[in-house]
Amino acid sequence: MENTILLGHGSGGRLTHELIKELFVTHFDNPLLHEQGDSAILPGCNEAMAYTTDSYVVDPIFFPGGNIGKLAICGTVNDLAVSGAQPLYLSAGFIIEEGFPFDDLKKIVITMAGEAQKAGVRIVTGDTKVVNKGQCDKIFINTAGLGFLPEKFRDITSGKRVCAGDRIIINGTIADHGMAVMAVRNFASFTTDIISDCAPLNSLIKSVLDAGIDVKFMRDATRGGLATVLCELAESHNMSVHIYEEAVPINENVRGMCELLGFDPFYVANEGKVVMVVADNDAERALAVIKQNEFGKQAAIIGEINELHNGKAVLNTVVGGSRIIDMLAGEQLPRIC
Amino acid sequence: MKYIDEYRDKKLVEKLQAQIKTASTKQVTLMEVCGGHTWAIQKFGIPSLLPDNIRLVSGPGCPVCVTSRSYIDRAVAMSRLKDVIITTYGDLMRVPGSTSTLMLEKSKGADVRMVYSVLDALKIAQELPSKNVIFLGIGFETTAPASAAGIINAQREKINNFFVLSSHKIMHPAMAALIEEGVAINGYIAPGHVSVITGAKIYSGIPEKYGVGCVISGFEPVDILQSVLMLVRQIEKNDCKVEIQYKRVVNYEGNVKAQELMHEVFTLRDDWWRGLGTLPCSGLGISSKYSSFDAEQMFDVQVEPTREDKGCICGLILKGLKKPTDCKLFGTACTTANPVGACMVSHEGACNAYFRFSK
Repeated sequence: MENTILLGHGSGGRLTHELIKELFVTHFDNPLLHEQGDSAILPGCNEAMAYTTDSYVVDPIFFPGGNIGKLAICGTVNDLAVSGAQPLYLSAGFIIEEGFPFDDLKKIVITMAGEAQKAGVRIVTGDTKVVNKGQCDKIFINTAGLGFLPEKFRDITSGKRVCAGDRIIINGTIADHGMAVMAVRNFASFTTDIISDCAPLNSLIKSVLDAGIDVKFMRDATRGGLATVLCELAESHNMSVHIYEEAVPINENVRGMCELLGFDPFYVANEGKVVMVVADNDAERALAVIKQNEFGKQAAIIGEINELHNGKAVLNTVVGGSRIIDMLAGEQLPRIC
Repeated sequence: MKYIDEYRDKKLVEKLQAQIKTASTKQVTLMEVCGGHTWAIQKFGIPSLLPDNIRLVSGPGCPVCVTSRSYIDRAVAMSRLKDVIITTYGDLMRVPGSTSTLMLEKSKGADVRMVYSVLDALKIAQELPSKNVIFLGIGFETTAPASAAGIINAQREKINNFFVLSSHKIMHPAMAALIEEGVAINGYIAPGHVSVITGAKIYSGIPEKYGVGCVISGFEPVDILQSVLMLVRQIEKNDCKVEIQYKRVVNYEGNVKAQELMHEVFTLRDDWWRGLGTLPCSGLGISSKYSSFDAEQMFDVQVEPTREDKGCICGLILKGLKKPTDCKLFGTACTTANPVGACMVSHEGACNAYFRFSK
């Protein structure tokens, strides 16, 4: 029935994965693409390079805690950082709708410059296209990023060294970004103080790697939320991922909004959250290092890898029950009653 | 979080678990009627907390699931009309009609918008007077009063480009019909939100006529386990009756104001339920007094002939006769990404809940 692209194809869940696997990877077929990490790892002269790209189409373009420009820098920086790479250079491509206020563009660009400086990356090339009114929604931004990847971190993106006993850490509360955007987009009638978690994570990640912690896997939990990362981890290496619901940090206001609207916070987008799998004996030390960073104050160990349900992510619920965590099928739609 | 965490207390859950185990000696099948309960039961992993002799089956209380294909087909046909905006609660967008879905129509250019309340739809109508805004009124007594209020507001504010396509249904005829059909149920975990509106009184006929107890339950794990315990005790003592576990919001008479609104705007009609067929006086049509707001009356559309998918056993699942895993399409041809039957679409649908949480 589906011979057209649906919004669900962009949700980051099951439909997105099928689209990538069955169309893009099939036709663009090459070994570098096959790894399917957050960045492609390219062979270099001395060190390998990590290369990534992402497009940003958020609506509204200004939201509590950031704007589309901040997302465009942080998102791409984070994709490099979670691959174990040190982000260095970015490109920035703008598609702008005719009639877009110049002041808004300026605000976005100034934000981008500030975030790039904070993250220690330089925007070294770019492109601008303006399209007729109605042909894009205000402004779309694409950024690509390049960084160097030390050989010793080469396997982080694939997660191939993950094994039973390893622990799973997240650097803070989940679902803030998605609910912050949702609140301003759809619910003008009620006010919340939810703020997007959008942040560059490269300094946090660098501090963990510099501390010599054995990080075996990292991914930023963006679209599709924490649940999607956990499913990818479980499915890609047939591992058993076990999560303790009560250990997963979530802000009360976010939880309240999710309860009210029938959203599962595990599937709601984040823009400043990294999921790390570390060796068991490094877990407490990793947590301590992460907590020292401004973006890791509420970090927590949320689960472990075991051998109970290979290929599946299982959640121990707050009341002691257990259930499977699956990838989101389409868009997360609110329930009726 | 206040008013939630108390009902997810692990110690209380363990206590209830132990009490259920002690109290229950017989093999029992309890049906949770409401889709909200199905979702909560799967989300918290309740089945893994119950002894083997207690079986929970899902009933016909997911509004998306029992809605007929012909209703979706009609909504799809209306979405193709010029200057029409379809407004709907989210879940309904993905429900397969005979050959299309509202989401597919949206991707082809139809103006289909998700709303959280009928008042949002009304606002769209007010803001866009040159468009005809059709609100898809689905759900039981929980959502029907809101649709009624929408129509009354539209009349008062003289908004004449707002319409409701009603598929509203009332709950208790389906609960009686299931037992009439011979579905073996020892007790009903009766719907919580519906009962806030109707009151507990609507279930009184079920224990009297069929000897099946009804406990109106809340939606948190402690609520559900306490309701299971109350039903188990009824069954063990052979003393079936209507009881309210969800006392913090449900009483015997219900929300009289909301009931009056429903009676003002809707009239009872025979209605078709997936799995149960046509049940007398189980649906809510818009009464002639408000026919100018009735999309069915106001928009003459050609609706395609209804085509049901072969092999889909949603009907049997909704009657609690089969489990989702008994269906040969489950997890293969029918998944949450590509649902065949309505039970796979809604988060409240039994197949969706099974697929996501326990496959």
